[in-house]
Amino acid sequence: MQSDKTTSTDSKDAPLLSIRDLHKSFGELEVLSGVDIEVARGEKLCIIGPSGSGKTTLLRCINYLEKPTSGHIWIDGTLIGEKKVGDRYVHLNDYELARERREIGFVFQRFNLFPHLTALQNVTIAPRKVLGIAPAEAEAKGKEMLDKVGLGHKVNEYPERLSGGQQQRVAIARVLAMQPKLMLFDEATSALDPELVGEVLRVMRELAQEGRTMVVVTHEIQFASEVSDRVIFMDQGKIVEEGPPSAILTNARHERTRAFLSQITDR
Amino acid sequence: MLDLVEVYRENIASWLPEMGMACLGTLKLTFVSFLLAIAVGLLVALLRISTHRTIRGVALTYIEVARGMPALVILYIVYFVPPQVAPGVKWLAFSSFTAAVIGLAIHGGAILAEIFRSGIEALHRGQREAALSLGMTPTKAMAYIILPQATRIVLPPVANYAIGLLKDTAVCSLIAAPELMLRAKDLASSSFQPMAVFLLAAALYFVMSYPLALGARYLEMRLNYSR
Amino acid sequence: MGFWANMIKEFPYFMSVLLHGAVTTITVAVGALAFALVVGLVVALLKMSPFRVVRFVTSAYIELLRGTPALAQLFVIYFGLPDVGIDVAPVTAAIVGLGINGSAYLAEVYRAGIESIHKGQVEAALSLGMTPARAMQYIILPQAVRVMLPPITNFSIVLLKDTALVSVVAAPEIMFYARNLVTETFLSMQVYLLAALIYLSMTIPMARVVAMLERKRKAWR
Repeated sequence: MQSDKTTSTDSKDAPLLSIRDLHKSFGELEVLSGVDIEVARGEKLCIIGPSGSGKTTLLRCINYLEKPTSGHIWIDGTLIGEKKVGDRYVHLNDYELARERREIGFVFQRFNLFPHLTALQNVTIAPRKVLGIAPAEAEAKGKEMLDKVGLGHKVNEYPERLSGGQQQRVAIARVLAMQPKLMLFDEATSALDPELVGEVLRVMRELAQEGRTMVVVTHEIQFASEVSDRVIFMDQGKIVEEGPPSAILTNARHERTRAFLSQITDR
Repeated sequence: MLDLVEVYRENIASWLPEMGMACLGTLKLTFVSFLLAIAVGLLVALLRISTHRTIRGVALTYIEVARGMPALVILYIVYFVPPQVAPGVKWLAFSSFTAAVIGLAIHGGAILAEIFRSGIEALHRGQREAALSLGMTPTKAMAYIILPQATRIVLPPVANYAIGLLKDTAVCSLIAAPELMLRAKDLASSSFQPMAVFLLAAALYFVMSYPLALGARYLEMRLNYSR
Repeated sequence: MGFWANMIKEFPYFMSVLLHGAVTTITVAVGALAFALVVGLVVALLKMSPFRVVRFVTSAYIELLRGTPALAQLFVIYFGLPDVGIDVAPVTAAIVGLGINGSAYLAEVYRAGIESIHKGQVEAALSLGMTPARAMQYIILPQAVRVMLPPITNFSIVLLKDTALVSVVAAPEIMFYARNLVTETFLSMQVYLLAALIYLSMTIPMARVVAMLERKRKAWR
């Protein structure tokens, strides 16, 4: 088993993300009831499931926006979010977490762009203020990222002047500029008008083809079947079924999985 | 009532310069108290959202108490109590100006703390989460993301507070602070023309506060538009 | 030490005197509130008048009263009016002074409350065949009242604190008695502390009520 604060010099076979027996309760309510996941470098994992199944909570635990009630998470062989104090594990606070979060990119359902900054400033603020990169270099990289998501012509626009799809793409560029090892997508297209969903999925598809490690929580079954290496179906805080998209999405073994899928595709 | 016109014609030449000078005292008092109140308010607001329960409790108590009392009581306590309770300690015997500034800042700090807090809380939680997810420490998140946006939100209520502060300086006349109301009271009794003098004083307060009111309204319009 | 010994000794006497003043404080506050609520409503309605002159005069009334300190207004009423032949009793001056001051503030609260009701509500009411008056009575005002409750309650708290000012027009309220007690006994700390406690005992519960009203309103939306 992996040890705590050692940076791994493992071979490329070691999983990038490792989650063991994750539990999360909000007061009385247990939202995650023992989740185990491993994601290899370059793998695309899609998580599907009904609302309340815990998939968003799971994602938010990975970058420690939610602190797990129990269980451990390793990224690249290093235990994250906790430190060992004597015999026990203690959660890190937001100051200590900041360092670890640099390597994890999180794309929110509601974009959460900074409204007082232009698109370019949104993308460059973290490289400049967190990584200490010089403004000129950060701007160059920022423009490159915005170009990559198709918004090179909108660098100086404020978020309120951008459509939902454009805002989400800026949010993705913002994450890319930090060059994360792992990218997490929390229902990235759920808050978008239907005609704007395509442009964001297009960007996500490109990123997948570049070999990035991605964990995507989504309702877009078509997208999941095209892009993911593995699909996980979650319900009531547990993983019910997991496997390659061809297996799960067309030929699920569990009743609940099939019920959920037929509900979604019937819509 | 026509007497008033006569009264003014006779006296305006001597009253206006005197009361005008006192207006400077009012403006000075307003300005200094405002700065101090902002500092106090910011500090208390940050303490109020602290993660430590005791610190939060202290800040909360201060806010409730300082806001729940008339400014006059705070002024009296600051001005009269220290000399009586600690007669030897010379630096505690505040001048009326200093006592006025301290009193107004204590009262105003509580009001502003609440304004700042609701400004910070008005921000969607997602802003903080996005900042933290990018690897910012809570301090950086506050400095680059939260406070810049919160400042825009609180500007109108802070401007309104400033106007209220200007008017509250009149209360400081009761502890003999050097401002307009005190001068007006003296003038009213020495000239036996209270109506004329106090109306003039009111007019001068209006002249001082109306530009501020217009500015505040302009700010509100500008800020609502650009959001 | 000396502080506590004096405090315990004088507590009954101080409290009885100060509570006497509290009666006046509450009287003035309630009177001024009633005055302000009524006059404020009149002013708010006048401001919606179709006549430009009326609108201008009402605006001037509001701007002037909101742009000058309450203390100055009290002085004009209490010291100025006798000067031109009208004699005023202290408590009357207090109620009228604070009431007029409050009416200007409440007029704005009324206006904001009525304007906050979505135009769609008026349109729906009118399309159902209601006259503007009925629309106002059954649809607009009930909703507006809910919106206005927190600011009006907040205003009452401010009004309560402003009564401290009327001590200068010799109205026998808390601060008036407090100052006398201090002159009499030199125990400024104890006296003012007790006075502060009495104010807090009134304002803090009221503030809790405001907070509760705000919470209910948010839930109701």
